[in-house]
Amino acid sequence: MELINLFVRSIFIENMIFAYFLGMCSYLAVSKTVKTAVGLGAAVIFVLSITVPINYLLDNYLLRPGALQWLGAEYANVDLSFLSFIMFIAVIASMVQLVEMIVEKFAPALYGALGIFLPLIAVNCAILGGSLFMQQKDFGAITEALTYGFGSGIGWFLAILGIAAIREKIAYSNVPAPLKGLGITFIITGLMALGFMSFMGIKL
Amino acid sequence: MATEKKNISEEKEAKKKEMILFLSNSEEKEHFLSKGNRKLLSDPLDDNNPITVQVLGICSALAITVQLEPAVVMAIAVVAVMAFSNMIVSMLRNLIPSRIRIIVQLVVVASLVVLVDQVLKAYAYDVSKQLSVFIGLIITNCIVMGRLEAFALGNGVYKSFLDGVGNAAGYGLILVIVAFFRELLGSGKLFGFEVLGHKGATLADSTGLYAFGYENNGLMLLSPMALIVVGLLIWVQRARNRKLIEEN
Repeated sequence: MELINLFVRSIFIENMIFAYFLGMCSYLAVSKTVKTAVGLGAAVIFVLSITVPINYLLDNYLLRPGALQWLGAEYANVDLSFLSFIMFIAVIASMVQLVEMIVEKFAPALYGALGIFLPLIAVNCAILGGSLFMQQKDFGAITEALTYGFGSGIGWFLAILGIAAIREKIAYSNVPAPLKGLGITFIITGLMALGFMSFMGIKL
Repeated sequence: MATEKKNISEEKEAKKKEMILFLSNSEEKEHFLSKGNRKLLSDPLDDNNPITVQVLGICSALAITVQLEPAVVMAIAVVAVMAFSNMIVSMLRNLIPSRIRIIVQLVVVASLVVLVDQVLKAYAYDVSKQLSVFIGLIITNCIVMGRLEAFALGNGVYKSFLDGVGNAAGYGLILVIVAFFRELLGSGKLFGFEVLGHKGATLADSTGLYAFGYENNGLMLLSPMALIVVGLLIWVQRARNRKLIEEN
């Protein structure tokens, strides 16, 4: 039950895009058509649900104060948490590379569909943000971290799908010239975020 | 990347080639703040602004613009990280194998961000708590990586340094403008000072604008308003500067 709550919360209430603005750059750049948006969204779900649990293990058994206790009592006071940025980003960059190679080998069709988006994901703020929020939230078990990563990915996917669909339609509307393209996309995202705020009152 | 971004980057590329040509012609008698170097600094403030034109670096920017103080601190942090990462990568540009350059760049940026984070924790703890994960997110701020890829890998050390400062300043400028409006309209304060007067329990207790029945607009404090303010800024900028208008 706890896990389902966490899952729903990470999709709707703490949506990566509408609540924290993470992954905005690729969100704005790749949301012109629904097809590419689905590709990038799927890649984000995939990478988030792999990197968050791995970084959870890293954080719990290596980085946080007292995490090195399994090595012996004399390491109990070691605090490596200042290294977490570098460790997390290294894990993310190497996981993205690894995922890219595995997908290329075993699912060439999927690789063709995701293609250029996979390497881009290493610098998507939503991925690093997922790991940093995971560290802040102090999860008790790896299943929670996995659920959080997967849920955040789904939330990001839904957001980019929504904006891509709206942008495809808005191409036929009469937008004031200086607002065309980027400007109106910002404003629509703002309005969508206001809509998502209605989930905030829900206590889970 | 999407076509929109490609167009912009192609445009940028062409502009840059012009600029590089211009710079290489005048290299010999060039002094520290020659015309070309000044352009590197001033271009990103308006015509080539990282946020409103290049669409880079929005990720970590918008959530911290409720008040001016964290926005200014964030802007300074980004200037420091970008200037030095551009400089370091430019120094290493002939040594980095192109296949692993992204990881090398990430390591350089991440180490600089760790430094900034530790300095902030030591000297500005409250602000550092307010910025929470967003300092860490400078690492994946697309503007840093974007400039490393587009400029520092192909240009000299001093020029890369200027480009870093210029782009970070353009980014900081938007951040500060958005934060200014959100703090002023949302809570009637600037840097925490009550510039619009003091709001008391009743009209009689209030001073300044509040004595006439003015109310703060609580909507401005919500995060979605940051997006809408940026959208309006883009509108203003493009209405003024017609050549930036997009086809669709």
